[in-house]
Order: sequence, then structure tokens, then C-alpha cells
Amino acid sequence: MTAMQIVFLVIGAATLLGGVMVVVSRNLIHAALWLILSLAGVAALFVLLEAGLLAVVQVAVYIGAIAILIIFAVMLTRRVMADSGPAANPNWWAAALAALMIFAGLVVVFMQLPALGAAQAAPLAGDPEVLVEDLGRALVDVDRYVVPFEVASVLLLAALIGAVVVARPPEEPLPGEEGR
Amino acid sequence: MIPLTWYLLLAAGLFCVGLYGVLARRNAVAILMGIELMLNAVNLNLVAFWRYITPTVIAGQVFAVIVFAVAASEAAVGLALIISIYRRRSTVVADEINMLKW
Amino acid sequence: MSDPFGQISQFLLDLLTGWGLEAGLAAFLLKLLGAAAMGMLALFSTFLFIWGERKLLARIQIRLGPNRAGPFGIFQTVADFAKLVTKELIVPSGADHFVFLLAPILVVMSAVAVWAVVPFAPRFIGTDINVAVLYIVAVGSIGILGIMLAGWSSNNKFALLGAFRAAAQLVSYEVPMVLTLLIPTMLAGSMGTVSIVEAQRQMPFLILAPIPALLFFISSLAENGRAPFDLLEAESEIATGFNVEYGGLMFGMFFVAEFLHAFTIGALTTTLFLGGWLGPGVDRYPILGVVYFFGKSLLVWFTIIWVRMSLPRIRIDQMLAFNWKLLTPLALAAVIVFAVADKLAPGGVLGRTLVLLAGNALLAVGTLAGLWVHARASRRAATPPVGSTAPMRVNPS
Repeated sequence: MTAMQIVFLVIGAATLLGGVMVVVSRNLIHAALWLILSLAGVAALFVLLEAGLLAVVQVAVYIGAIAILIIFAVMLTRRVMADSGPAANPNWWAAALAALMIFAGLVVVFMQLPALGAAQAAPLAGDPEVLVEDLGRALVDVDRYVVPFEVASVLLLAALIGAVVVARPPEEPLPGEEGR
Repeated sequence: MIPLTWYLLLAAGLFCVGLYGVLARRNAVAILMGIELMLNAVNLNLVAFWRYITPTVIAGQVFAVIVFAVAASEAAVGLALIISIYRRRSTVVADEINMLKW
Repeated sequence: MSDPFGQISQFLLDLLTGWGLEAGLAAFLLKLLGAAAMGMLALFSTFLFIWGERKLLARIQIRLGPNRAGPFGIFQTVADFAKLVTKELIVPSGADHFVFLLAPILVVMSAVAVWAVVPFAPRFIGTDINVAVLYIVAVGSIGILGIMLAGWSSNNKFALLGAFRAAAQLVSYEVPMVLTLLIPTMLAGSMGTVSIVEAQRQMPFLILAPIPALLFFISSLAENGRAPFDLLEAESEIATGFNVEYGGLMFGMFFVAEFLHAFTIGALTTTLFLGGWLGPGVDRYPILGVVYFFGKSLLVWFTIIWVRMSLPRIRIDQMLAFNWKLLTPLALAAVIVFAVADKLAPGGVLGRTLVLLAGNALLAVGTLAGLWVHARASRRAATPPVGSTAPMRVNPS
């Protein structure tokens, strides 16, 4: 058990624990906080995988934006401060069964591919600075990934406009201005 | 060193936990949190495969970056929809939003 | 002594491996020690910043400031913290206990963690990651999370209202801050803070990019919740907003985070726009780098306090309109202008400076023209037509 393996086990356990607590917690704010723990765990795993830029983007985008958005939505969609009703719907056992079966299937697939088990992390050829530059160039290179990049930016623009329009409060005339 | 299967198992576990959350939870925001877990598991998978199988080809990281963008936009629109539904029906419990049910 | 920290860490590493620890574990322990040392440096220098700020505020207001506890009142902050530490930690009934206690920790964590990537001297930096600028953005957004959780978990309507307003303000002003952070990255060709400082050897980015520097300064002030953007904790408006239920050391944590963030803004502005630790003679005597860095940061910090004492508070709707209608379009235009201008600029320091200054002038003229047109239109909308007796509308939308 090398030190890196111990670190991986600790971070992986924290990520999974956070994930399980997200889907089990009744209090939604607590579920959102456990989600933040999971997201931070995934960011740490990105650092272990030597994808530093992705780790920082994960923290900035997921924890810094999406988690805050989720907490906002939780705060805005409740009539009373406490949660009410059971956390899971009556068919939770079918959901658990489905999840377990899919996990078992994936494990079987992994165990049958010896090439996956033998794959070792070869030392990365360039230094990290070159990797970030390569990622940047790949995203705008005409022969490589500029089309997905532009489509993703149009998607983000559409989502931005759509979210603003959908969440806008219903228009009501102000009390003093009807006679004008 | 850390074998690739460890990362894949962790990602599979996270994905299945998120799947349970999507299928079993009543509150719509909690369902969305399960979706975020699934997207994170996918990202972890992509980056692990990039690092171990093809570290010289940057396509793995590009794919992960696009998934970030898609997840952000989906979370934004989904939460906007949930807030809008709450305004009209005063509930975000998925079982009670059933006007389109036959 | 060209590399004091390298020598110290090598000595400690040899010491630890001499005691029998394996090399990986010893290196890990040394990293923990370094992180703790950097955190302690940040937190203990906050004592001086709080004292300095109170003295400066007092002098600007023609009064003396703390002058009892120790010479010139230096130990005033120590006395204040001794008082805060000995107060009872009251968690309001109905408050979410765990979240209530977690929120100040997140806010302080966000303020201190930025110090890991700030370069004080040529080889004196917490860690030289090559995505430092993005790291600063990421860590800043954790502070927003802490403030929202503080407001929510207090079980208090004013706190919740304060938390919503705080989140709206902080999330909004992150957008121009991130956009203007792109500009030193473009000019230096790298996101690492050490590379950005090194790229300013010939000309500090303040000369090349004054308008983005101003934009970064303004949006950082708003991110910190400082006047004129201090609606977050205005005592007369919203009963100090999100931290109304916090007392004792938890309030002390919010206090520390705010004042530390003010100096951190100074440190970041120095690194990104003023040339960090660069100055005459710094290559031969690296210790001078610390002097130059702190001198420049204290200058920016003084400007922050000066602005705080000079400008009145801005209303929340004015604040958001200012961000979305002025700062964000201006930041976007600045990124476009700088990308184009930097490509067109001839090599050589003078040519590049002149072309970029021309780009800045273009931005400034465009902004002022736009503001003039907007002001004229709103004046016309507010003025009643000739002959009517209606008064002029004071605040046309």
C-alpha cells in the first residue's frame, strides 16, 4: 500500500460517503452540503490524475456556481423552513435494485478486461504548462474541437437566456401605473 | 501505483448512487443533485481513461470540459424550471406534479 | 542566501528522514508544515491590518483611533480578539447547528487559501501552480457559499434577506472580475502568478492595461463587501445582514476574513498589475522583493480604505445595474480589444505599450460616450414638458 493508494482510498471513501448521504438526507440543505463534499472529492481525484486545470475548473464551476444555485433553489422552493414528508418515494426498493444491478454489471465488465487492470499511469510527457496550452489550442483548432466548443458556448447562451425567461416572476401591473 | 480499475469502480459506484437518487427521491431538487452526481462520475471516468490509456491525446480532457459546460447549463435551466413550477403549483414534490399523467 | 526556503526545507527533510521516516511521508509532512506556516502568516498579519485600518479610518475622520492598548494602540486588536474569544458561542434556537458553525469556517478558508498562490519574492511562494488565476476564482466562490449558509442557518428573516442580497451581489461581481483576470493572463501568456510577475519585468501591466486594472479593483471591492458596496453588512439598513446572529469567535472569523480579504485584494492587484516583487536590485538581493511587494500592496490597501471612507453606500438595485449594465459589457469589450490589440502590437516594449494604451483610450472614450448618451436620455425622460407644473422626477428608471 503506497502512500498514493492510501490517499486515493481516503478521498474515494469521502466522495462515496458524500454521494450516499446526498441521496439519503431528508434535509435538503444538508444534502447540498454533502454534494459539495462529493464534488470536492472529485476535484481532489482530478488532482491525483494530474489534470490540474480540470480540478480547479471543477471547484470553480461545480462548487462555486452549481452548488450555490442548488442551495438557492432549495431556499426558494419551500413554504416552511423544515422539510416535510418522506425523503424517498414508495418505489425506492426498485431504484436500489436497479442501481445495484447496474453496478454489478459494470464490475463484471471491468473484471473481464485484463487490459484495464494492467494499464499503468505512464509519466506524462510534457510539463503541465504544455498540457494546458495544448488543451487551449485543441479547443480552437479548426481541425480538432472548435465545433463542439462553439456549440457548447451557444448552448450556454441559450441556457442563460432560457433560465432568465423561465424563472422570471409573472408580470403584474404596478398599482399606481394603470391609469397612464 | 493506483490501478485504473480503482478509478473505474469509484466512478461506477458514484454513478449508481446518483442513479438511485434520481429514481428514488421525491423532491425535484434532490433529483437534480443525483443527476449532478452522475455527471461527475462520467467526468471522472473520462479523465481516468485519458490519463491511463491515451495521455498524449488531449481529447479526454476536451470531452470533460464540454461535459462541464453541459452540466452547468442543464443545472441552470432545470433549477429555473423547478422555481417556475413552485411558483405555480406551490410544490416541488415530483409525485404531485402530475397534470400530464393519463 | 539565495534560496532560504529551499535550504530550510532540505534541512528539515534530511532531519526527518534521518529520524527514520520514508521520503514520501516526510515530504508530505513538510508540505503540511509549509501550508500551516503560510496560513499562520496570513492570520497573524491580520492583526496589523485591522489596527492599521482603524488608525487610518480615524485619521481620515479627524480623530485619533485606538491609542490606549500599547504604544499607538497596537495591541488593540489583540485585546479585541481576547474579548471575542472569551464570549459565549450562542447558537440560536431553531438554527441548523452544523451549518451555523460551518459557515464562518468556509469564509475564513476562502480568505486564507488565496495566500497560497501569491508570490512575495522570487522564490517565496506557497505553491507555484500553473492555473493560479483560476484557483483564485475558485477559492473566492467558496466564500460566497459560506455567507449564504450563514444567512440561511440563522433562522432569522433579516439574516436570510442579507444572505440573498449578499449572494446576488457577490455572484454578480464575480463575472467582471473573472473577465478582467483574463487580461493579465493574455498579456503574460500564462495563468501562473510567478509567470505573470516575471512578464512585467519590462513594463508593469498597470501601464499596459489601466482600465482592466480599474475594473478588477472595483469588482474586487464589491467581492469583499467593502464600501461603497457594503450593503451586505450595513448596520443601519439590514441590521448587519447575514452575520446578525453570530457572536464571539464566530463573528471574529467573519471580521478576520473581511479585513484579510482587503489586504488580499491589494496583494492580488500588486501581483497582476503592479509587478509583484519587481523593483530595483531585486535580482541580487531577493529579500528586497518582500519589501517591494508589501510596499505596493500596502499602497493599494491604503487606496481601498481611502475609497471606503470617501464614498456613500450604494443601493442594491443601483449596485446590480452598475454591474450588469456597465462593468460586464465593459469587461467583455476590454477582453476583445486587448486580444486584438495584443496580436496587432509590434514587438518591443514601447510599441506594445503605445498600441495597448490606444486600446485603453478607445475603451475609455467609448464608455464615456455611452454614459453621456444614457445620461442625456434619462435627463430628457425626467424633465417634464414645457409648460406643465409637474416636478422633475427624481429617480427615473
